[in-house]
Amino acid sequence: MKGFLASTVAGMALGLSLAAMPAQAQDAAVPGEGTAQTNDHQRDPNAKQGGSIVITYKDDVATLDPAIGYDWQNWSMIKSLFDGLMDYEPGTTNLRPGLAESYEISDDGKTFTFKLRPGVTFHNGREMTATDVKYSLDRVTNPKTQSPGAGFFSMIEGYDAIASGEADSLSGVTVIDPQTIEFKLSRPDATFLHVMALNFASVVPQEAVEEYGADFGKNPVGTGAFKLADWTIGQSLTFARNETYWRNGLPYLDEITFQIGQEPIVALLRLQNGEVDIPGDGIPPAKFQEVMNDPAQKARVVEGGQLQTGYITMNTRMEPFDDKEVRQAVNMAINKDRIVQMINNRALPANQPLPPSMPGYDTAYEGYAYDPEKAKAMLAEAGFPDGFSTELYVMNTDPNPRIAQAIQQDLKQIGIDVSIQALAQANVIAAGGAEDQAPMIWSGGMAWIADFPDPSNFYGPILGCAGAIPGGWNWAWYCNEDMDKRAAEADSITDPAKQDERDRMWSTIYTDIMADAPWVPVFNEQRFTMKSERMGGADALYTDPVNIPINYDYVYVTDVQ
Amino acid sequence: MVVYIARRLVQAVLILLGVSVITFALLYMLPADPVRQIAGRSATAQTVENIRRELGLDQPFLVQYGRYLLGILHGDLGRSYLQRTEVSSLIAARLPASLLLMAGAIVCELILGLTMGLFAALKRGTATDQALMVGSFIGVSAPQFVVGLLLLYLFAVRLGWFPIGGYGTFAHLVLPSITLGILGAGWYSRMMRSSMVDVMRQDFIRTARAKGLARSTILFRHALPNAILPVIAMIGIDIGLFMSGIVVVESVFGWPGIGQLAWQAIQRVDIPIIMGVTLVSACAIVLGNLLADLVSPLIDPRIKLQ
Repeated sequence: MKGFLASTVAGMALGLSLAAMPAQAQDAAVPGEGTAQTNDHQRDPNAKQGGSIVITYKDDVATLDPAIGYDWQNWSMIKSLFDGLMDYEPGTTNLRPGLAESYEISDDGKTFTFKLRPGVTFHNGREMTATDVKYSLDRVTNPKTQSPGAGFFSMIEGYDAIASGEADSLSGVTVIDPQTIEFKLSRPDATFLHVMALNFASVVPQEAVEEYGADFGKNPVGTGAFKLADWTIGQSLTFARNETYWRNGLPYLDEITFQIGQEPIVALLRLQNGEVDIPGDGIPPAKFQEVMNDPAQKARVVEGGQLQTGYITMNTRMEPFDDKEVRQAVNMAINKDRIVQMINNRALPANQPLPPSMPGYDTAYEGYAYDPEKAKAMLAEAGFPDGFSTELYVMNTDPNPRIAQAIQQDLKQIGIDVSIQALAQANVIAAGGAEDQAPMIWSGGMAWIADFPDPSNFYGPILGCAGAIPGGWNWAWYCNEDMDKRAAEADSITDPAKQDERDRMWSTIYTDIMADAPWVPVFNEQRFTMKSERMGGADALYTDPVNIPINYDYVYVTDVQ
Repeated sequence: MVVYIARRLVQAVLILLGVSVITFALLYMLPADPVRQIAGRSATAQTVENIRRELGLDQPFLVQYGRYLLGILHGDLGRSYLQRTEVSSLIAARLPASLLLMAGAIVCELILGLTMGLFAALKRGTATDQALMVGSFIGVSAPQFVVGLLLLYLFAVRLGWFPIGGYGTFAHLVLPSITLGILGAGWYSRMMRSSMVDVMRQDFIRTARAKGLARSTILFRHALPNAILPVIAMIGIDIGLFMSGIVVVESVFGWPGIGQLAWQAIQRVDIPIIMGVTLVSACAIVLGNLLADLVSPLIDPRIKLQ
């Protein structure tokens, strides 16, 4: 749901590494025998130590509490202040151990034992132990914490008891000794290690949480590469280098200042003036052409893919979209290339729910080709030779109403009269969550961005039965119990050696869903990050798929020393 | 006088109560669900319901409003749904910036408005008068969003005289103050013009002229003080105008005031913040109007407080 606020963001650099998703962490963790080894980072030989950078954002940073923060801006800030047991190699989607030094998976895939890295200290100086890990997970799953991410931990034994208020501790999490912690899962779950890398699984010190109470989010204490030095509400946040960070030599920067309340267009002007290093909200659409046509400015733009798909939902429980043929006809009627052109080619046309940089993406799948004639014929076959009238809900910020108009024109071609309902984001979300209100929704401005780089992340809430509930996010109200069963089966494959098999299972789940056509996948947004001239580090750090917009821990500036 | 103020204060409390009921009810009736904004979409149905229950949003309207009102009576505006911080501390942190911006805007609109009005009155019927009044008309009708961006582009980007948005120094204050003040300047110039024209027709001015006083003496010693007072009395009412203006101006210039806070809260259905800012604004408007009413009889003894 970071996608919530995502207008335009994302990481092509990861394309290649993604194919090898299991990565060495999992390779080493062959059930029962393996122990994943720490992958310490290789110091960038060109990196310089020191200096400070300025990053701008338009919206306030709501909170830096890792159990609560779920915004565009605070997601990667929290990643730099806190650590979890797992982590990703910078610039990629490859899992690696974080606060864990190594881990073991039992043969049945239901017990994970993590050995913690010794000598890691919180920003308050105290050493982090297994008790802190347990406390942090008990806290995030406790309903009193009101964490939006609580549900991610549902595979841990004892989750139901804590979520219903019967217990205040997860029975499946056991501290073996100060350096060892064991997780028992109620079902084998291939996504568990990704979940341990989510911000929600960050390790927090109990004494600091209790000292600040509800204000912990304004006074964060973690083990991360940076610590919060100053927060002037509504104006700026300053992160200072954590001198005792457990990854040697990191971070490279001494200080990061986040300036808040800056319109993207103002941020771009200030970047051109040399006052800003990274405009956190990206290049404003209105200025995109101008920037890309100017070689000097274009040289400072890093382009990458992102784990995002923009789509049109068709409510499978409302007439006439309860008819599969009608939905297929709509799929053939949308000219995706034209929509991509409308947004200045800031995206690639899509034909399936998964984005290309996600494992499980089916490169051989062709989808529904653009063919208005055939669409019209199918519509006639389905009993609508003269078309019909319907409504398309859309968020009211540019470019979404324009995209809605393009969809309207495309559907007019095959006789469907679409009236556009352009509403504020929250109202579109409300309409989608009601079973009989929105026949069609264009997801722009609310499109799905993966929480973690795993194919399962595009299913449950948006295409599974669990999301087809009042207030849910499955706006197509598509609920296919057979798919649910196959999804559960795929996720029960925890053996890393069978990763490919699992990815293939997910591939066919998504292409089989496309046969039912609850969505029109329209495009996958590309991410364009702009940086000042003095910013150094590999391009992949600026389109990091996990640390968005950039990986603060690994970037550096070239004009120090 | 004391009775009058007391009565007005009682009225003010009733007005605030009314504002709070209406705003709360409107927010309650919104189709948008604040819990979904907090939970995001990966949250399970159970998580959503847990959050709803923790926030008391599963309760009927009267219970929710009653709790809110009880909080206010204890000086507690509640905690932001998304930031979890106390609303009162968020507003307190941002109010000084908004007040500073309003003060800057008042200075701008007075300087601009009064000078324009004065000149227009002196050059009544000429092309200068026409030009000034057209200018003031544009000032009144131009959207602040556009004015702000134009000023930013011209004076900050092109000419580099001022910083490009932000907060901190006097230079940061100039452009947003002008943007916010231009609307009022339009009104003031028109009021000043008619007030001045009116005064210049008065007998005492004719007497002064007949005495052979210098034109500048007549203007600055006799006419101006009389013409300016009714205009000044309007400042209190401006506050209401500013309260709507700051939402836009603060967003354009990245000014960390309560307007920006309100704007962001509205986008995310953060009800406690919306309520808090609305009530603070309503207080400011009520007080501003009261102030305007109290100042009027001091300026013009013919006005009596009833």
